[in-house]
Amino acid sequence: MSNMPSTLFDKVWDPHVVRKIEDGPDVFFIDRHFIHEVTSPVAFLGLESRNIKVMFADRTFATADHNTPTINQHLPVEDPLSANQLKALELNSAKYNISHWGLNNPKNGIVHVVGPENGITLPGMTIVCGDSHTSTHGAFGAIAFGIGTSEVEMVLSSQCIMQPKPKKMRITINGKLGRGVVAKDVPLFILSQISASGATGYFIEFAGEVFENMSMEGRMTVCNLSIEMGARGGMVAPDETTFAYLKGREKAPKGDAWDKALAYWKTLKSDADAKFDMELSFHANDIEPQITYGTNPGLGTGITKNIPLSTAVKDGGASYKKSLEYMGFAENEKLIGKKVDYVFLGSCTNGRIEDFRAFASIVKGRKKADNITAWLVPGSHIVESQIKEEGILDILNEAGFSLRQPGCSACLAMNDDKIPAGKYAVSTSNRNFEGRQGPGARTLLASPLVAAAAAVTGIVTDPRDLM
Amino acid sequence: MAYDKFTILRSSAVPLPIENVDTDQIIPARFLKATKREGFGDNLFRDWRYNNDNTPKKDFILNNPIYSGKILVGGKNFGSGSSREHAAWAIYDYGFRAVVSSFFADIFKGNALNIGILPVTVSPEFLEKIFKAIEADPKTEIEISLPDQTITIVATGAKESFVINGYKKHNMINGFDDIDYLQAMKDEIKSFPAKSIY
Ligand code: SF4
Repeated sequence: MSNMPSTLFDKVWDPHVVRKIEDGPDVFFIDRHFIHEVTSPVAFLGLESRNIKVMFADRTFATADHNTPTINQHLPVEDPLSANQLKALELNSAKYNISHWGLNNPKNGIVHVVGPENGITLPGMTIVCGDSHTSTHGAFGAIAFGIGTSEVEMVLSSQCIMQPKPKKMRITINGKLGRGVVAKDVPLFILSQISASGATGYFIEFAGEVFENMSMEGRMTVCNLSIEMGARGGMVAPDETTFAYLKGREKAPKGDAWDKALAYWKTLKSDADAKFDMELSFHANDIEPQITYGTNPGLGTGITKNIPLSTAVKDGGASYKKSLEYMGFAENEKLIGKKVDYVFLGSCTNGRIEDFRAFASIVKGRKKADNITAWLVPGSHIVESQIKEEGILDILNEAGFSLRQPGCSACLAMNDDKIPAGKYAVSTSNRNFEGRQGPGARTLLASPLVAAAAAVTGIVTDPRDLM
Repeated sequence: MAYDKFTILRSSAVPLPIENVDTDQIIPARFLKATKREGFGDNLFRDWRYNNDNTPKKDFILNNPIYSGKILVGGKNFGSGSSREHAAWAIYDYGFRAVVSSFFADIFKGNALNIGILPVTVSPEFLEKIFKAIEADPKTEIEISLPDQTITIVATGAKESFVINGYKKHNMINGFDDIDYLQAMKDEIKSFPAKSIY
């Protein structure tokens, strides 16, 4: 190892390079690989047609989530195509000896929720999955990113992928987040400043007091959305918060192995004079609860603001106008007071226990608005049990809400949880693309607090008015 | 999966002058339920291309017979969003072999290269020139030479070079993929984890 000051990212990347190809990518070793039913079947077919085996079956973990229903999970899956994919995952996992948490397994849930909560995700690891929000795992100081199906096949067959090393960016935010401002607002704010392509080609390290003071759940929400900035992924240096979260998790190291791991984890931070290809910084004071109004996650703003004039937006041309037209919005309109039809709490962005606590804190003692259909979908069975144990379910029920079963649900609307055309959804997920939550659906991305405020008032509401 | 070798492609092009074309537009999630790589081209740009009753939308470019070809020309930040390789499959399956834009989302670019679609990044000015040339003559031809790493508007001779790393270039010209390469270094990889704490 050289004595050059290096970044957290370098410290994790470099030891995972098996071979450097001249004028080409690195052959990059993957410690953990998650698979799900949608992006893996064709990879398994590839293995078969080439007649090759899985190299390290114990490094891959399968969970069913994208396609699963969120009610009546004990019944056979009705949609034959979905059922077929779920079956394929089960059979492929069994055939190659891969751990598989299918529907109704108590460990089942969204891949990026169950990985961390079972201690599969650890600091300093390299982690990939055929889902772009794999960046979530970066919260632990891992290098984690989404891959395509060809790469899933590469990892299955050789535990490696071909990756050019991305450039490094650091985003520093100091200060203290204000009342009603939570983890989700931070990346939505960054997105509104740098746009949905502002970090393309980079891997981000999130640094500064705001992230240091954040819970693991919050850091996961932040890293989850790094991909929406165009970045390959994002990461936060592991610290006492990380170690405390991991201690005792099922697959986390125990005993001597824990001590050894801990000593290593403590070395995982950027050196004081490490160089980044780009440095950005913002201040916590400038962040208010955020909401998006357009059809990419970069088109968002503070909830008390108006929809920007096209002249005030970078790239405010035809695409911006098309975006507002799809949303049924006009420039300079107020966001507060806009009518909402659906509220979605869930996804790998905001489907963890802290998100349900936040939602409950607002709806407690209030009632669901009559015009609102609410889908509250825990990220995993473990989150679901916690919701019940902590009495959150009672609060939700009293306010007129019910809980669905774990899965990706309306985040990508592959199952029946589709927002109808033309309807407005305040959604805690990660993408507001045209049709993402169903053909013609109109999505406003926001935090669980903003979602809760909309759920009880029926309109876009500043959650601080209800706190 | 094997794909066609790519050397020189000369074809008319289909213009899609929209920015941030995301993978949910290229292929909506509800069409990702297959367990085989077949028929994705039918659902390429599904919701832009068809009405709810499955009749073609007249004003969408793929439904306009004047435009055709093996090259798709898109606006800035093409392929953003989900990592679904299905988006690249749909483009390939429909018949495109190259996508031209001034800016590609990372994952899409990687996926495209892995399955034999050449992503060609040009300057914003050159992209404008291409759109203008197609507007003037929908049959205008574009020539992409991978060996020379150049893209040319045939009628005007306007030309620009593009960047691709030597390894990927070699792969595409020969129709090889990364899995072939990785299989050849299996033994080296097998002993690699011994060095790691995981
Ligand atoms: S919740 Fe959404 S973003 Fe997360 S894994 Fe599922 S589909 Fe992907």
